[in-house]
Parts: sequence; C-alpha cells; structure tokens
Amino acid sequence: MGAPKKAPARAVSDDPEDLASVPLQAVLLADSFATRFRPITLERPKVLLPLVNLPMIEYTLAWLESAGVEEVFLFCCAHAKQVISYLENSQWYAQPKFKVTTIESHNSVSAGDALRLIYERNVIHGDFVLISGDTLSNMSLMRALQEHKERKKKDSNAVMTMVIQRSKPSPITQQSRLGTDGLFMAIDPTTKQLLYYEENTNHLKGTLSIDKMLLVDNSSITLRNDIQDCYIDICSPEVLSLFTDNFDYQHLRRHFVKGLLVDDIMGYKIFTHEIHSSYAARVDNYRGYDTISKDIIQRWTYPLVPDVLSLGNSATNLERQGMYRAFEIGQSRSAQIGPHTVIGTNTTIGSNTKITNSVVGKNCAIGSNVLIEGSYVWDNVTIEDGCELRHAIVCDGVIMKSGSVLKPGVVLSFKVVIGQNFVVPPYSKVSLLKQPTKQDSDEELEYADNDSDTLDPATRTMDKLNGDSSLEFSEMQDHVSSELGYGGAGYIWSICEGSHEEEWRHSVAPIPPEKVAEITQVIEDDLELVSQDSNAPASSGELKPDTQINAEDDAVYFEKEVEATFLRAVNENVEVDHVILEVNSLRLSYNMQAADCAGAIFHSMMKLALDATHSSQNELLRNVHETVNTWQKLLKSYLPGKDEEIEVILKFEEICLESVRELSPLFTQILHLLYEKDIITEEAIEDWESEKKDADEADRVFVKQAEIFLKWLREAEEDDEEDDE
Amino acid sequence: MPDVQALVNEFLFKLKNGEILKIEGSHATARQTAILLRSVISQQRIPHTHQAAALIDAVKAVGEQLVAANPVELAVGNIVRRVLHIIREEDLSLTTVAMAGLNVSPVSDDEGETDQDDHPVLSAAAVAAASRNTLRPPSLQTLLEDLPDSTAIPHTSSSGGDSDGKSKSADKSTRSRKLKHDVIEALNELIGDIDTCHEQIAEQAVEHIHQNEVILTLGSSRTVLEFLCAAKEKKRSFRVFIAEGAPRYQGHLLAKELVARGLQTTLITDSAVFAMISRVNMVIVGAHAVMANGGVIAPVGLNMVALAAQRHAVPFVVLAGSHKLCPLYPHNPEVLLNELRSPSELLDFGEFSDCMDFGSGTGSPLLHVVNPTFDYVPPKLVSLFITDTGGHNPSYVYRLIADYYSNDDLVLQRKPAPTN
Repeated sequence: MGAPKKAPARAVSDDPEDLASVPLQAVLLADSFATRFRPITLERPKVLLPLVNLPMIEYTLAWLESAGVEEVFLFCCAHAKQVISYLENSQWYAQPKFKVTTIESHNSVSAGDALRLIYERNVIHGDFVLISGDTLSNMSLMRALQEHKERKKKDSNAVMTMVIQRSKPSPITQQSRLGTDGLFMAIDPTTKQLLYYEENTNHLKGTLSIDKMLLVDNSSITLRNDIQDCYIDICSPEVLSLFTDNFDYQHLRRHFVKGLLVDDIMGYKIFTHEIHSSYAARVDNYRGYDTISKDIIQRWTYPLVPDVLSLGNSATNLERQGMYRAFEIGQSRSAQIGPHTVIGTNTTIGSNTKITNSVVGKNCAIGSNVLIEGSYVWDNVTIEDGCELRHAIVCDGVIMKSGSVLKPGVVLSFKVVIGQNFVVPPYSKVSLLKQPTKQDSDEELEYADNDSDTLDPATRTMDKLNGDSSLEFSEMQDHVSSELGYGGAGYIWSICEGSHEEEWRHSVAPIPPEKVAEITQVIEDDLELVSQDSNAPASSGELKPDTQINAEDDAVYFEKEVEATFLRAVNENVEVDHVILEVNSLRLSYNMQAADCAGAIFHSMMKLALDATHSSQNELLRNVHETVNTWQKLLKSYLPGKDEEIEVILKFEEICLESVRELSPLFTQILHLLYEKDIITEEAIEDWESEKKDADEADRVFVKQAEIFLKWLREAEEDDEEDDE
Repeated sequence: MPDVQALVNEFLFKLKNGEILKIEGSHATARQTAILLRSVISQQRIPHTHQAAALIDAVKAVGEQLVAANPVELAVGNIVRRVLHIIREEDLSLTTVAMAGLNVSPVSDDEGETDQDDHPVLSAAAVAAASRNTLRPPSLQTLLEDLPDSTAIPHTSSSGGDSDGKSKSADKSTRSRKLKHDVIEALNELIGDIDTCHEQIAEQAVEHIHQNEVILTLGSSRTVLEFLCAAKEKKRSFRVFIAEGAPRYQGHLLAKELVARGLQTTLITDSAVFAMISRVNMVIVGAHAVMANGGVIAPVGLNMVALAAQRHAVPFVVLAGSHKLCPLYPHNPEVLLNELRSPSELLDFGEFSDCMDFGSGTGSPLLHVVNPTFDYVPPKLVSLFITDTGGHNPSYVYRLIADYYSNDDLVLQRKPAPTN
C-alpha cells in the first residue's frame, strides 16, 4: 500500500507542470478529539457549535473555499450523522469548484487514527492542508503553499509547514489570549525550520531545557514564547504514511510534531510560516471561544464577519460601535443594546433590557429588565423577565425562568431549564445529561464512548450511563428540579474534572481580579526566590548564560564527590578497579570529561598527601611519593592522552596557587616524580611549557621554578636522540 | 442553461471573494458582469409572447444574485440595471417600428444593419441617444413625462407582442430573434464602451491639465493614472502630488507607475494634504461610485481632501466611467455606504495582541479599531465629473442617469408577481 502511494507523489513534486494541475486538497477534521467543550459536545459536535451565530465549520469551509482549495475530505467521527446531515442541508455540497467529501468513522479516537484512515482510503494525491473544523482564518494560502513546495523541491524531507502567528501571552497567567497554555518554539531564523516545540510551558516555572545539540547543529536559533500555533498545517503526502508507520502517533502536536523533532533518524523536517497581516486561530476552550468571538465582532477575521458571511437570507446589518443586528428584530424602545453585540433574526427584546458585548442567536425571546453582559446566547432561548447573565454560554432551547441569575463562567447545555430566582454558581456546567461517572483518564478519548445515532441524546446517554432506563429517568426529573430551583431541569456537573484552576483559566469569564492578584503574588515570590539565585527566568528570544554558571557549579560538586569517593577508597581499602568504576559513574552523571576526572583525582591525591602528618617539606614530599605510588593506576586510567596530562599539570598549578600553597615549593619535585612514574610524558610537559610561553609573569612562576628540570628534560631528550643516531 | 448557471456560480464566487483575492476592480467587475449577462440573454429561451418580460425576468433573477453576492460593489447593480434598460429600449423601438409601418421587418433590419455598418464602435450613449431621437425628442418635457411613459412601456410592449402573436404567427419567430439580436448587439456596444472608458476619459486630459500645473490625487485609480499619462503624452509638463492613501497605501503604487512614465511626482502623507493644497491647481481623483444626487462614494480620506480643496478654492475633479454611475441615492437603504475592513491593515495583530486579552479586566474589549473603506463626498464639494461622455456638473448627474437607466429597474428585487 505504501509504495504505490508514495511513488506518484514523488513524481508530482518533481515535475512543476504536473504540480500545477494537481487540485489542492484539504483534510478537515470535524472532531476535536478533546473534552474541553463538555457537556455541550455530548449532544452536538464541536464543529457545529455556533460562533457568532454561525457554526464553526462554516468559517472553516468558507476559508478553504476562498483560499483556493478544491477538494475537502471532511473527517467526522463523533456525531458524524449530525455533521453529515448539516452539510446536506447546507450549500457546500452544491459548490461547483469545491468538492466536499465526508469520511465517516466510528472507532477513531484521535487525529492520528483519522489520518491513518484517510491514508487507507488513498485519496490524497499531493500536498494538502490539514485543519480541524474549529479553526478559522482569513490568511492567503498561496505564499505558504509556494514556500512549502519550493522547500519540498529542494529537500524531500520537508514534509510539513506549520502556520504560526505572533500573539503575546498574558504576563500574569502565562496563558495565551486564546486560553491555551504557553507555547515555546525554537525556530531557525533563516530557514524557518522548527527545531523545538513545547506546550504547557507555564508548568515549567520559567525554566526550559533544550537539547544542546540544537545549539551545536544550528548556527543560530530563535527561541520564542510569543507564538500562537494556528493549527493549520500544509502537509506532504508523506505525513499520512508517517502516521501509518508510527501507529502510536495520536495527537498532531504532542506525538507527531514532537516525534519528528526528536527522532532524527528519518530526518524529516517541519517548517513554520508566520502570518502577519491575516488572522488564524483555533477554538480550543471556552476562553478561546470568547476571544475569537470578539475578534470576529471586531472584524479581525474580515471578510469572515457576520455582515458579509451570512447563512441563507438572514442578512445582518453592521451599525455603529460594532453592533450587528439582523433585519427582523422585535426590540423594545427602552432596551439598550450596547457596543460589540450581535442580535440574530426574529429575536425579541423586552423593555429596559440591557445587552452588552454579547451574542444573541435566532428566535430568542428575551424579557424585560434582563441584563446580558459578555454572554453567548444561542438559538431559541427563552429568558424571562429580570434575569441576569454575566459571561455565560447558553445553548439552544434553554429556558431561564424569571429572576434567575447566571454567575460568570456558567455554561448551560441544550434545553436546560433554570428555576425561578435560582442563582447558578460561578463556573458551573449544567446539562440535561448526568456527568459521566467514570472519568476518561486520557483526554484524547473525547466522544469515544459516544456513537452518533440521532436518538434523543438525553435518553440514550442516560441508558448508557445508568444501565436501566425509564424508571430512573423520572426519578431524576424530581432530583433535577431540586438541583436547579423550582421547575428546573438539568444537572450541575461537579468540577472534579481537571483541577479547579482549569475552570477559571479556560472559562468565558475574565479572570477575577482576586485570582489575578493571587497569581501576581506568586510570581513576585518566585521572582524574589529567583533573584536570590541570580537566575531570572529566560524571556523570549534570549538565552541567559545560566548554563555556564551551572557548569561551574557542577564542576565544583563533581570535584567534591570524587574526593569523597577517593577518601572512602583510601580509608576502606577499596580496590582501584572499583574506584575507577565509581568515578566513571560520577563522570557520566555530571557529564564530565576524562580530563576533569584526572584533575579531580589528582586534587584528591594531593589533599590526601597533605592531610597526612608531616613536619617538613621533605616529609610532605615523601607523603606525596607514597600516595602517588599507591594510586598511580587510578590516575593513569584517566590519562589516555597528552591533553589530559596537560590538564593535570594545569590543575596542579592551580592547586599550588590557590588551595594548597604548601605544595608550591615542591612543584618541580612532584612534577619530576610524575614524570618518573610515567604518569606524565615529556611531550605533555613540553607542551605545557610552550603553552605557558606567552602567558604573563604571574602565570609563569612554576615554569620558572621548573626551569632546571625542563632544561634537564630537553637535554636528556637530545641525548636520547643522539643515542638513537 | 446549465452552462449559464455554472458561469453565474463562478462569477458569484469571484464576487464573494473579491475582497480576499483583491483582483477585481470595479472596471473589471463591470465588464465581466456585462459579459455574463450577455451569455445569460443569448442562452435564454424566448417564449412567443412577453419576450421582453422574459428577458427582463431572466436578467433580474441573475442580477439579484450578483448584487447580493457583493452589495458593496455597486458597479454590478449598475450594469444589471443598464442591461435591463437596454432590453426595454430595444423592445420599445421594435414595437414602435412595428406599429408605425406596414413593412415592419425590412425597415428594422435596415436600421440594424446600417447601425452596424456605419458605426461599428458607436458608443452605447450614442445608440441610446439615437434610439431616443427616433422615439421622442430629448426635451425637458419628455423627461418630466418620463415616469408615466416608461411605466406604460412594458404594458404596451406586451400588448403589442400579444396582438402580434395573434395576427401574424409567422412574424413571431423573426421578431423574437430580432429582439434578442438587437439586445445582444447593444450589449456588445456596452461592453466595448466599458473597455474603452479609460481611453475616452483620458482623451479629455489635455483640456483639463495645463502647462506647469500641480495636480493632487489620493490613493490609486487606474482612470487617474491613464488620465495623467495621457496629458503627459501630449507633452504637457506638470507635477503630481500623491497622498499615499492610508491604510492601503495604494498611492505608493501610483507613484511608482507615474515615475516609471517620467512624471514629476511628490508623495505626501494623507495628513499633509491641507498643508499642500494651497500649492495645488487641481485635485483629480477616482471614485468608487457616483450616486444619483451627484455625491461620490470614494476611497477613505477623500472627503477631507475635498474640504481642503474647497477651502482653497481648488477645483475638485472626479473621474468616473459611466459604469460607476449609480441610479440610487446615498440615503437609499439598499446602498451599503461603507465597508469596514479588518483592523490588521492598521495594526499588527501580534504587537497588539496583549491589548485584546479578554481574559483579564472586565472582559470587554477596550480597543476598537475602525477601518472604513469609503468616504462620502457630498455633491457640493465636487466641481466636475469627467465621464466617458464628457465633463458634467454634479447637478447634471441625474440627467445622465435618466439616459442610462429605467425607473422601473431601480429596485432589483423581483416582486412576487412579475410583469403583467
């Protein structure tokens, strides 16, 4: 299967004329394989959730069409029937130059599975755009595609181009404006090759470890944390076969991208394309939903904005201050509709109602004296008099009885009924469906246990979860009414899912000020700690020289460890071989060279000699003699070459100058001793001397001291040579 | 018919994405609309009765879709209305001829052929004028009577067709072919007219630009470019000030073009216009659309330029091809006066992303960027319109519009019950 697939692709990329004739294809994953939008996604697929009154997939398809994509393979998994029936009723199947083909699967649990299935279908014949159905963009694909093809021509290993955009993360929470965790990337500034990709950097508390081979292999790299991954990838067909070859790849980023970056055996490369003047973003969580909705209202996504992009004949008019109103609206005179608000068709708004920064869908009935602030009200919602909604998401068919209040961050799933005067606590998620009792430990398995028949989802899922049906249902109704006030229907999901922190981080509501203060406090504390360590967190684009500091620290620790080992060996009469083994393991754990070991061991030996009782210089020299005699094997094992020997001499100098001044008069003698014991060769000594030739006087003290010895050495050598002749 | 539908769909797609691909100017759009409508008409099956009505219906059906696809591009609606007008005029001339003489067909045939032979590149305006001449003298009287007259036209035409059909069945097929043929001929004229509109306007350049004058313009317009180049070719030496036209900075492109053709060019910022206007002899700009009251919908910033020009009594001249003449008034709710584009033309998203972090604070956006595409310049600020038919005062625009459009076609949305 693999071979016939690859061959035509290769041929295509070789021939530029063929290249033009291949229609641009796209793979659209109409499933996010995540659970962030639960409980809503239990009843409706994420791609059909309305974003400013249009299903998300509309934006994606409209963009693909405008960007010149001619054939789209729409992969649906969860609620596939709903997606397909939506498409059948939409205009997309009837487009002349834009072919939408759906691929349905019920057992795919990840993007990896989806791509493997698409590979099996053998439908992708050239470079394709990989996008998920919750992504919207207005970028022009032309340049990115061209860059990708040119790179591909030069280097067949350049399999993927990732679209990225600059977006500063919040300095306080370290999360991006889309609510995703911080992202760290290393990019080669000239070739734009992606070298490193790390999500969730906020958990790393300001430190980041990068393989130093990156620094070795690349002349320059840019480290950036102000990047937003747009989740739009231009892929070569090889990507599909890579997914098939590596059947454990599930997640596009966590497995595939990281896999390619870490595994350099195959040599596949990923490149980036940064967009500047256009917009691209993916709805990943509720905060992203909020942010992107606001971006759409602010027209960053132009021309994908409500008044240009409209479904059917529900035309929308843009008025002053970013107010979008459909033409048929029943609005009371005393109702105030604030800026940045979208009101859908056939919605009625009662008197003295105030709506700001919100989106209200079609056919909603909003009573009098209602306050809606920063909220997303979908279609067919009834809000009775005197309700208050702040930063909430209210799905289709919800009924809010009079006087009920939604606190910030509340999500009401489909057809929930909130009882009279009931106050829904902040960040609660309310659904007609009971919260799944068994938690999927793996986040990947979004709708895995949720096949997509069009039965009433409420009964279906309850059947599944509770085992038996109708009896329990009625029981539940009673139970429900108590949970959401008189006449209410639905369950408040408990917030055990994920940590509590998740809730305010990813909700539609802005982060409450007390939380911000809390985090700021934590950050300040951290900063104090860090500044004591003189080790500030690295900011974007700079690599602090702390690695060097660490290296020196390491060297000191290593020396101490070696000394301890050595002393233990002396005291406990451990065999030399064992000591070598132990020192070796130390060497590996501290990532040191043989020369470092030699230096450390020599240092320890000298110290041992010094610690032994001595009254005069001669006694000390004798001690040194003994020690060297006993331990020469150990020292020698770390002296494979001249360089290490020189290192030892230099170390010796250092010892004499700094730690153990008593040894300095004996320098020449000890050097002679080392020479005699064959620990240090004459070449090493000569090299040492010549190395020191250009040094300042202070450094040459020992060279001078050893002058006689050196002279003798040279003469001896000459004699040797003469003898040879 | 399926071919036409495919063509229409393709064009609809182009119109919808015109903003994204930025390849369509209103000139090209107008031309393509005319070509599309020609193929619609040529492929339209014509029934024996109500021929004109059938054609009008077909064109309106397509026209409605086209206008809906991109309501901002007024040129589309203009061309659709002009085609409708042409159908009405041709139908009217045929019926009058039919009713006037006994020997119907030879006369009308001759007329058509002489038209073709003698004036192969006759402008549509001339054709329209000629046809009007045969029907009625272009006096103020007829203009005033125009309204009742033209509402009566479809009625008379269809009744004429009816009587025709009853009396002479043999003549029907020739007449239907005749109407279609005439309409397509007139459409070809219209297309040729759109093609040559730049040259027609540019021809008048020497009359307006004099030696050693200083001309100011804003942004870029192909009409302005050719106008200036035509004057240059006639050995006029003059200087051009170009306001860059933020935020799209098309003035930069115009400057490049003009310098390439050897014109002395000075580029200034938009905000420097008032400071420079006292040194300027004439402001020459292009337009997006000319409204029925003589007001102009033009690239953003031009109202400011017009006001500056008025303050210093500098003539403000607007160049517009006749396809830009819009029979609607700017207060008409159908006219989408403005188009708000993406803020990314003004700001770098990455740089300002922290201003739009809705996660902190109150969650409401504090930064709002407004990026309108067009300005409305009221007629009193415009000194002169130069169209392909010559120079006109703003107060004369309504008259031009009466030449090109029928009152019946001002509203393109089809009524539930079509004609008769």
